[in-house]
Amino acid sequence: MTMTTYWPALLGGGAIGLSATLLMLLNGRVAGVSGILSGLWRTGTPRLANLAFVTGLVLGPLLYRVAFGRLPEAHVEASLPVLVLAGLLVGYGTRLGSGCTSGHGVVGLARLSPRSIAAVAVFLLTAVATVAVMRLTGAS
Amino acid sequence: MTVARVLAAGSSGLLFGFGLALSGMLDPARVRGFLDVFGPWDPSLAFVLGGAVATASVGLWLSRRLPRPAFDERFHLPEARSIDGKLLAGAAIFGMGWGMAGLCPGPAVASITLGVPATLAFLAAMLAGMAIHDRKATRLGGRAGLG
Repeated sequence: MTMTTYWPALLGGGAIGLSATLLMLLNGRVAGVSGILSGLWRTGTPRLANLAFVTGLVLGPLLYRVAFGRLPEAHVEASLPVLVLAGLLVGYGTRLGSGCTSGHGVVGLARLSPRSIAAVAVFLLTAVATVAVMRLTGAS
Repeated sequence: MTVARVLAAGSSGLLFGFGLALSGMLDPARVRGFLDVFGPWDPSLAFVLGGAVATASVGLWLSRRLPRPAFDERFHLPEARSIDGKLLAGAAIFGMGWGMAGLCPGPAVASITLGVPATLAFLAAMLAGMAIHDRKATRLGGRAGLG
C-alpha cells in the first residue's frame, strides 16, 4: 500500500463530491445514481436532465483517458451467474431502499440524514459479511 | 431553464464518472478488496467515500443557506423520515449484491465505456432488478424512492 493508491482515491472522491454539490446547487437534485437511472422510466422525474447525467457518467471514464492516456483498470472476479444474481440484488435492493452508494453514501451522509446513515451502515456491513462468507466457502 | 438544467446535469454526471475512474471504484476487484476486511484488506477506497462526503458536505451546507437552486424553483430533497423495514431490507439486499460483484450502480453505468462484457451483464441484470421493483411498486401504488 503506497500513497499512489490513496491520492487518486481521495481526489476521485473529491470530484464525486463536487459533482453532487453542482447538481444540488444548480438543479436542486440529489446525485443518487439508482434514483437518477430509474428516473428514466418513472413518471414525475426530470427525464431529460437525468438522461444528460447518465450520458455524462458514461463519458466520464473517456475524460479520464484524455487526461491520463489510458482507461482505468477493471478486473472482474465473479462468475457470470454470480454477476447476474448480484446485479438483480443491487437493482432491486437500491430501489427498495431508496438509494445506493451515491444517494445514501455521499449525499445522505453529507446531509447527516438518519435514514442514509442507517442504510450505509447496513449495506456496508452486509457487503463485508458477504465477501467474508464467500472467502470462507471459496465461492466466486 | 431546461437547457441550463440539462447542461448542469450532464456536467455533474461527467465529473462523477471522471471521479469514479480516477478513484479506482471502476475496478470490482479493488472494491471487493476494500470490503474484504477479514482478508488482505485494502482500505484505500475509504478515501473515496471520505473525500466525496467531505466535499459534498460543503455543497449541502451551502444549499441550506440558499433560497433555491440556480436552475429550479426549489431543492428536491427526500421527504421520508422514518427508518423502516423497506429501507433496511433494501440496503441489506443491495449490500449482498455489492459484496458478490464489487459493483454498485454508479460504477456499473460508468463502466459501459470500458466495454468489459461481465460488467455489462451485471448492468443488464441490475436494470432488470430495478424494473422488477418499480413495476411491483407501481402496481401496489407505493411511493418511488429518491436515492
